[in-house]
Amino acid sequence: MITSEILKQHNLNEEEYQKILQILGREPNLVELGVFSVMWSEHCSYKSSRKFLKNLPTTGPQVIQGPGENAGIVDIGDGWGVAFKMESHNHPSFIEPMNGAATGVGGILRDVFTMGARPFAILDSLRFGSPKNPKTPFLVNGVVAGIAHYGNCVGVPTVGGEVYFDECYNGNILVNAMTAGLVRHEKIFKGIAKGPGNPVFYIGSKTGRDGIHGATMASDSFDENAESKKPTVQVGDPFTEKLLLEACLELMENDVILGIQDMGAAGLTSSSVEMAARAGNGLLLELDRIPVREEGMTPYEILLSESQERMLLVAKKGGEEKIREVLKKWDLDCAEIGQVTDDGFWRARFHGEEVARLPVKPLAGQAPIYDRPRIKPKDFVSNQILDLTNIPCPPNLSDTLKTIIKHPEIASKKWIYSQYDHQVMTQSSILPGSDSAVISLHGMKKGIALTTNCNSRYCYLDPVMGTIIAVAESARNLAVSGARPLALTDCLNFGNPENPEIMWQFEQSLEGMRRACLEFSIPVVSGNVSFYNETNGVSIYPTPIIGMVGLLEEMDHRCDSFFKNEGDLILLFGEHTAEIGGSAYLKIIYEMVKGIPPRLDFEKEKRLMNLLGEITSHKLANSLHDLSEGGLAVNLLESCFGPKTFGVEVTLTDSLAPDHLLFGEGQSRVIGSIDPQLKARVVSLAQKQGVPCQVIGHVVKERIVIGRKNETPWIDLSAKELKRLWEKGFAGGVFNC
Amino acid sequence: MSLKFSIIVFPGSNCDQDCRFALQSFPLAQTRMVWHKETFLGDTDVVILPGGFSYGDYLRCGAIAKFSPIMNAVLSFAKKGGYVLGICNGFQILTETGLLPGALMRNKNLRFICDTVRLKVVNPQIPYTHNVGAYRATTLQMPIAHGEGNYFIDPIGLQSLQDNNQIVFQYEDNPNGSLENIAGICSENGRVLGMMPHPERVCDPLLGGTDGRVIFESLLHS
Repeated sequence: MITSEILKQHNLNEEEYQKILQILGREPNLVELGVFSVMWSEHCSYKSSRKFLKNLPTTGPQVIQGPGENAGIVDIGDGWGVAFKMESHNHPSFIEPMNGAATGVGGILRDVFTMGARPFAILDSLRFGSPKNPKTPFLVNGVVAGIAHYGNCVGVPTVGGEVYFDECYNGNILVNAMTAGLVRHEKIFKGIAKGPGNPVFYIGSKTGRDGIHGATMASDSFDENAESKKPTVQVGDPFTEKLLLEACLELMENDVILGIQDMGAAGLTSSSVEMAARAGNGLLLELDRIPVREEGMTPYEILLSESQERMLLVAKKGGEEKIREVLKKWDLDCAEIGQVTDDGFWRARFHGEEVARLPVKPLAGQAPIYDRPRIKPKDFVSNQILDLTNIPCPPNLSDTLKTIIKHPEIASKKWIYSQYDHQVMTQSSILPGSDSAVISLHGMKKGIALTTNCNSRYCYLDPVMGTIIAVAESARNLAVSGARPLALTDCLNFGNPENPEIMWQFEQSLEGMRRACLEFSIPVVSGNVSFYNETNGVSIYPTPIIGMVGLLEEMDHRCDSFFKNEGDLILLFGEHTAEIGGSAYLKIIYEMVKGIPPRLDFEKEKRLMNLLGEITSHKLANSLHDLSEGGLAVNLLESCFGPKTFGVEVTLTDSLAPDHLLFGEGQSRVIGSIDPQLKARVVSLAQKQGVPCQVIGHVVKERIVIGRKNETPWIDLSAKELKRLWEKGFAGGVFNC
Repeated sequence: MSLKFSIIVFPGSNCDQDCRFALQSFPLAQTRMVWHKETFLGDTDVVILPGGFSYGDYLRCGAIAKFSPIMNAVLSFAKKGGYVLGICNGFQILTETGLLPGALMRNKNLRFICDTVRLKVVNPQIPYTHNVGAYRATTLQMPIAHGEGNYFIDPIGLQSLQDNNQIVFQYEDNPNGSLENIAGICSENGRVLGMMPHPERVCDPLLGGTDGRVIFESLLHS
């Protein structure tokens, strides 16, 4: 008997239950209700977001696989493709940071190698609460250790990502992990249960009681009892993942697999239902054949467990022996647990008794789709008002710069990335710390650039523009590295969709993404939505994180963001503006998130990207760095603090207020350093492309001097001293050491 | 001289292919991957125990790998004077099997460290380092990536290492708390070398350095 109490435990509402009754024509048993609850959870069904996701551009000549599979795939030529996707593991990471983050990495790795691709890079986009929040150090430590533990052991380099700190994440941190892998076109595998009669195999770890209802948990908001949900977090085993990765790729080489899918969120249930649905077939599972870790597990528990490092595959008839042989070689569990059927039903038996019988089509495809109410947030307009008379230019800008440079959000992230093996696989050419990571693929002249971005302050103040900037900055990060953007994956982190203000943010943000993707011809090939990032009614800022992949036609075109030689000229491409709304400067110095974030002009941005393409393909620049958080002053320093430390002498001519010039975050700007002999050539290229370009100074040995012509310098500091502050800022700000 | 390298693949090894890629850039090197369940090495001049997380390193690093079937063959190969190079996890396996003395403990800061370090070549006369002088200066720049690289040995053992010139590499700026800044040591005959830094990661200018080449060049020209 299904009571309203049981429905509540399964996060299903009365309306949804009525729909289930209608589909079945009878009352479901508890196992069946559990299956519906995970399949129809927000996490698996995208019931609140689907309406908007379908407006995103997802096609292009480079797209081999768009959204809907375990990962998207783009063509990079010569018969190769890159599979990639980003996914959130926010809720588990807040409850149990180490295992939450670790299993986030594990899940996204499986999403990529299940497509037949060997993963070659991991990136992580992290958001934590204020550095002053007492829980932040524990969470930072756990999340970073979890990512390191998993990625390092599996042997896939963690090459990039970003991290921000803001009060809005105090009760809901974000852990978004992205993986990219390399695949031959003819070796792409999909999650599809082809051919009635074909055997279904379970491979990998045994099934335990961990993670039951993880997907349901991730589809709910938190209160002060969040920690009591610890048992819904899975425990990761990267060693088994490494074996599973090698075993799967070996099986794929042997031509015995027809379809394969990772058992991720909602475990065996969603993988088997989705595989059946994609093929339009049915599936019969014998649950008593599943390798289990504990005695006495019930069908309900076996079906809803989210134990990690498991795969479901449909084998070619006759391939059974090969599968067993390969799995034995890798010392992994393997069991034939059922078969593909033609009756369109998803059925589960336990010791011969049928425990569930559900029609595949409605189960996978008829989850309710909500057109939830949307309303512009009450404080939206007032947040955009920034009274500049309250923001006087600080009297000592050198001190201001020091305060900004040592803030954990701006400071060097080496504390984090030195815990990640970023060089294993010996393909990492541009290491963490530049605008993009650049991977040199073995045996090819080509390279792949990867980046992740989202400034959620901008998205909070203006979700359309903030999201446009997240896409544009990603593309610019790739362009300065010498790459042409191919496609993106998104991880859309928002609050509670049942709150109309949150749903409005979501709609606006997706409209921004749609526009930017169309303007730049960058399709979305995969992604993930994470709603309910809310604790006690407080939501995170809208945080649509963009992960983008680009192609370098030749590795020789690569460019990092670090100055190389004393005497090189420093050029600014683009124009300074007086835009400080939503800036890191306002946040760090004035502790406010207000104003109108910078505007982005698509035409200007496209001209800049064309120019960057010319500069990198002719190898004219010694460094290129996109201007983002912290503005000109901070980004100049970042270029100074490469493997070698340099200083700069920069003389500006614009008449803007000094703090606006130094810390404003106007878009479509890049600083580059070039050999003085190339000046005329670069300037004329810029003119030809219609990009404003000026020499603003040159690279020097030690001092950082920035000012305006005929004025005492605003900033005059030792590069070494500033670098020390920048290097120690992260641990100092987060761990107080 | 052409040399045959056998790279041992343990479950959880993840630098095995990296070693193969690096060695493929040396025309004189032939490589073969040897699965840990095999019991014979075959025709081999140099055995490489690669980096990674053999058996997940859930117990002490390298403690389970020493029981792999192939290790008996590796032990007798070394005892007959064969060349064995253990890199990172391979170094840990060498100390666990007793082919090299001492132990590798958790890094002093208790965190995994991936960074580039400068190495002093303390003994440039063994088969793995004799080309260092001709190659350039006596320091090399190489990446490290480990959680347990903090080398320890008792005072008597240390004295013996020093007396026999078995300390091969020292960190210029100690990253992990290692005793005497030790980054790599060799057997008394100089033919078994264990080192925490990864020479295979710096054999290609695209990857930011070529200082690792000298290790393999020395071997190929000994």
